[in-house]
This record gives sequence, structure tokens and C-alpha cells, in this order.
Amino acid sequence: MLRFIFRRTLGAVVILVLLTVVAFLLFFGMPRDPALLMCGKTCTPDALANIHKTLGIDKSIPEQFWIFLQGLFVGRDDFAQGPCPAPCFGYSYHTNENVWSTLIDRLPTTVSLAVGAAFLFLFVGLGSGLLAAWKRGTLIDKTFTGGAMVLSSMQIYFLGPLAMAFLVYQTHLFDQVEYTNFTKNPASWFTGLVIPWAVLSTIFAAQYTRMARSSMIEQLQEEHVRTARAKGMSRSYVFFRYAWRGSLIPIVTIFGIDIGSLLGGAIITEYTFGLPGLGQLAVEAVKFSDLPLLLGVMLFSAAMILLFNIIVDACYAFIDPRVRLS
Amino acid sequence: MTTLTKESGAPTSADAGAFLSVRDLRVQFKTEDGIVKAVDGLSFDLERGRTLGIVGESGSGKSVTNLTVLGLHNPQFATIDGEIVLDGQELITARERELEKLRGNKMAMIFQDPLTALSPYYTVGRQLSEPFMKHKGASKKEAKDRAIEMLTKVGIPQPKVRFDDYPHQFSGGMRQRAMIAMALMCDPDLLIADEPTTALDVTVQAQILDLLKDLQQEFGSAIIFITHDLGVISKMADDLLVMYAGRAVERGAMKEVLGAPRHPYTWGLLSSMPRLNSDIHQALTPIPGSPPSLLNPPSGCPFHPRCAFRSEVPGTLCTDTRPPLGAGRAAACHLTAEQKQTIFIDKIQPRLR
Repeated sequence: MLRFIFRRTLGAVVILVLLTVVAFLLFFGMPRDPALLMCGKTCTPDALANIHKTLGIDKSIPEQFWIFLQGLFVGRDDFAQGPCPAPCFGYSYHTNENVWSTLIDRLPTTVSLAVGAAFLFLFVGLGSGLLAAWKRGTLIDKTFTGGAMVLSSMQIYFLGPLAMAFLVYQTHLFDQVEYTNFTKNPASWFTGLVIPWAVLSTIFAAQYTRMARSSMIEQLQEEHVRTARAKGMSRSYVFFRYAWRGSLIPIVTIFGIDIGSLLGGAIITEYTFGLPGLGQLAVEAVKFSDLPLLLGVMLFSAAMILLFNIIVDACYAFIDPRVRLS
Repeated sequence: MTTLTKESGAPTSADAGAFLSVRDLRVQFKTEDGIVKAVDGLSFDLERGRTLGIVGESGSGKSVTNLTVLGLHNPQFATIDGEIVLDGQELITARERELEKLRGNKMAMIFQDPLTALSPYYTVGRQLSEPFMKHKGASKKEAKDRAIEMLTKVGIPQPKVRFDDYPHQFSGGMRQRAMIAMALMCDPDLLIADEPTTALDVTVQAQILDLLKDLQQEFGSAIIFITHDLGVISKMADDLLVMYAGRAVERGAMKEVLGAPRHPYTWGLLSSMPRLNSDIHQALTPIPGSPPSLLNPPSGCPFHPRCAFRSEVPGTLCTDTRPPLGAGRAAACHLTAEQKQTIFIDKIQPRLR
């Protein structure tokens, strides 16, 4: 197991390095010069060259890449804004702030959003999926599958404002959406995030309902499940012990991917509700051609997805004994 | 003796003597294309200690019948009519809870493919112990002892170690043995073996058949043995039921049915079977055509489109009228008894040499 994790982690690091290379190359392929944005109306070629120099983009691309990589591991102190300890992603071109501390600053919002929504959609989605599979063919099943179909084709930017209009502005049932640090005030942390959680998890829950249902129905047709019935085990025992165990693999796989990408920033949700998380940061970075920030957000999201991929693979071993030995 | 070989009296209602009695069983599945008549009016009886072989091509309703006996069809998709009486208890109308008490306890099933029929997620030991704990109220320890005893009985080496293994750590033959051990955990009175040797190689197949026979002698169970392999059935069965398109077309004692078959379909099955001692120049004769669609079975005798002896029957009898299956030793065919005998002796028997 340890060897497996070590090997996978090494693989993940390689992927991250490749991603950085690609991001670097693509950035310089962009039609926009970040220096021009900073230069203002009275820009002269001299001033532009000067800004290039301050940003460090006057050097060749391999050179810049090497400096960047070095910064990640040992830190840098060649910035006008001040020292940059490892892991150094540099300073934002746009806000002049240290990228790493911006990331750390925005992280709690994204984590709160992702974890809260994940709890909600796992319970609601899997619960209703299991219920639909248990009641297969009945009105309950049809209602749940139909509802899931409708909700999974919804969009966050549609449901979000709708929920806000109804629940906040019209009925005043909920507080205004706002991020408060959990350690500062857990109650307003909760009330401020309820609506984003609900909206984000609605769409996920609908997808999980459909997935859990179809996966359970598939498992219930497995021969070993029929054998368990033929042994005289009760319907619920067979459902939860035999069929559910087999359904876990596709569910854990998708859940790993979903939680990984949510932790890298739920761009649409954060934008819809104006929550200052990593997703919003990513949009800003692209908007202002902010290379250090862009790389920071991107590498962080990629690392999250890779991390959860490794966790999922490790989970397989717990679920399926056939994986354990090979 | 089973009622199959009784001389008179059509089996109309459950015989008080029969241990398992199936009467006019009909199983239909609703599909998008229409209603599939998987079993269409099947009757048979079985006594304790006897083995009934059911043969027929794929899709003839063999497995569906036996899953119905165990009550494993989803009532949402299958419509079941008729009567199944096991030791005086009616099964079709029985409640799910009642059936659960019988399954794995009084009646057990050995499935065809040991590769997929055992759960990959739990140890063999756990899967064996479960029914024993449920039906006999045994503790984990007692169930483990019993499971190890049964694993020993079916010839699994080092059963104490193997108890904690997962099915994928077993070879195909061992998995089938474990399946059999699982079916025998609670000493079932009725054992249904659905092609238990089809997935195995020939040497293992012979061992498994011997094992089943030994176990039957020891426990006195009634066995229903489903197969499409006539060689296997000739080693196992006392009585034989030949099924075609969801109906029984011939029945009788195994030796009589295989020695002097009376139905053109049984002739076809026998002629298409290779034999070790036959003349190498004697070609195998397959049955022309393929089994009929059960969505829309042929009118009259369902075998008529494939039957080589249709012309011997006068008029359009074969295409309009379904031949009834009489009581006892019988074949559902419009040919007269003399015709059947002459055709078999003149045309079929020479091929079987």
C-alpha cells in the first residue's frame, strides 16, 4: 500500500511539472502583453521594457521557467514587493500581492463551499438514488428519476439568482449570502453559506441520484446478488450488503473527481454568489493575464484533483479485495 | 418411484405423495416487444432421493422454471400462474418472508457459473456461514465449524485456511465446490443444480458429478439437474424431462427416454451429440433452424418448423393443433405410436451407432 501511494505521488508530481510547462507556453502564446495593462495611457517603449524587466518576462521562457521552479522549492527574494518564501508563486501582476498568501487567504471559502455541498449532495443524492432503486418501477421511483432528470439539467447561474430572489429578498427566510470565517462565528458561517450549498448540491445531488439508482439496479441483476437471494437472505440484507458494496466503486470514483474539482474552486457558484474563493481568483487571473496567479490557482486545483485520484485508488483496495492483491 | 412413470391418471392436482409437484406452470415476462412466454404449461413431480434431469436448448425455459420454484423472479416483471407445491406448501402464493425461510434451507440452488455466482467482496467462509446463521440460528462459531465441515466434504484442501479466502483466490473447480458446499449448508431437501458443470473442464466435471451423487446418497435430497449435455444427464438422472419452447415435449425414466425416445426433438438432440464409440464416417446431424422466439411461438406444435417428420402427419395437424403431453411416459407429438417406433428404428437408431 505504501509503495503504491509513493508511486502514485511521484506520478502526480510529474503531471504537475508538465502542467506548469504547458501553462507557461500557453501564457506566452496569449495575444495580450500584461505589461501593457500596467503601463497606462502614457506608455513609451522604454517604460514598457522597464515593466518587462520588473515582471521578469524579459528573460527567455526556459530561463523564466527555471526561476519559477526554483522559487517553488527554495523561495525567491528578487521581487521589488519583498521576499517570497517557498513555495513561491511570485507576486500578482495585477494586485501586487503574494500569490501563495492570496491562495491561502481564499482557500477557506472554497473548502467550506465544497465540503458543505459534498455532505449535502452525497446524503441527498445517494439516499434518493437508493430509495428509487429499492422502489424500482413505482411512482416513488418515477418521481425521483424524473425530478433528478429536471434538476440535473438546471444551471447554477439560473437556480442561484432564483433561490436568492425567493429565499432572501422576498421571504427573508435566509440571510444574505456571505462568507464569514468559521472560527470567527460558526453560526453566521453556516447561515451565510446555506443557499450556495443548496444550489450547488442540487445539481450534483440530481446526478448522484441517477448514478446511484442505475448502479444499484445494475448490481441487483448481478448473479452473485441472485445467489445471495437464493440463500434466503432478506431483500434489505442483499440490497445493502451485496448490491451496495458493488455500487460503491463507480460512486467513489465520481465522488473523488467531483470533490477534487470543487476544492480547486467552484467557479460558477463562487461567481454567482460573489464568494471570494479560488474559482473567482482563477477568473480574475485569466482576465488580467496574471501569470503568477494563474499558475498558482491552476497548480493548486490540479494538485487537488490528483490528490483525490490517489485517495480514490486507495479506496478501491478497501472496497474490492481483488484490487488488494494485484 | 416418481409419478412420471405411473401408468395412468393425468397429473391434474398436487399429488399427496410427491415431494415437489409443479402443475401447469406459466411464466410470462412483459417486455417492450410484447409478452414472452418463457414457460407455458409445465407439469412435473419429484420424489425425495430422486434426480430429475431437465434438458433442452438454451431458451427452452429450464432455468426460468427453477428460478420460479425458488421464487426468484421479480413479480413486477414476471407473471406466474399455476401451482408449485413443495412438501405440502404452495409456493407461488407464498409470502416473500415465507420463501426466504425456505430458500437456502429447505430448497437450495447451485448456479451455473461459479465465477460470477459468488460475491467477489466477501470471503468464501462468510458467504457459506450466512445462510446457516440465518436459518438455523447458529452462532458465528457454529456456522464456521459447519462451513469448514462442508468445505471438507466437497473436497477443498486445507478448509480452515480456505475459509478466509476470497472467491477469486479459488480455482474454477474449487469455486463450484464451494457453491455446492454453500447450497448444502442447511441440508436442503430439494437441490436445484442449474448446469453446475458447464463452466468446468471434463475431469473436474466428472468429480463434481460424483460428489453430487455421493451427497445425494448421504442426505437423501431430491435433485433437479438442468443441463443441455445429454452425456452428463445420463450419469445423473433417474427421470428425464425434455423441454422445448417453454413446454415439456417428452418425459419418462431417463433410460427409456434416452434409449427409446419418442419425440422428433429428442431424436434431434441425440443425433447431434458426438459419441466416442461411433463410426468416424457417421456425420453428426444438427437440428435444422434455431429455437423459436418465445415472443411469438409457432402455432400448433412449436417444433413443427424444424421437424423433419411433419409430412408423416396427415393434414395440417402439426401447424394448427398443439399436441398434448399425456401422463407418465409420454411425448407431445402427433405421430402415432407405431410411426414413432418405425421412424426411430429405421431412421434414427442407425445414426446413433
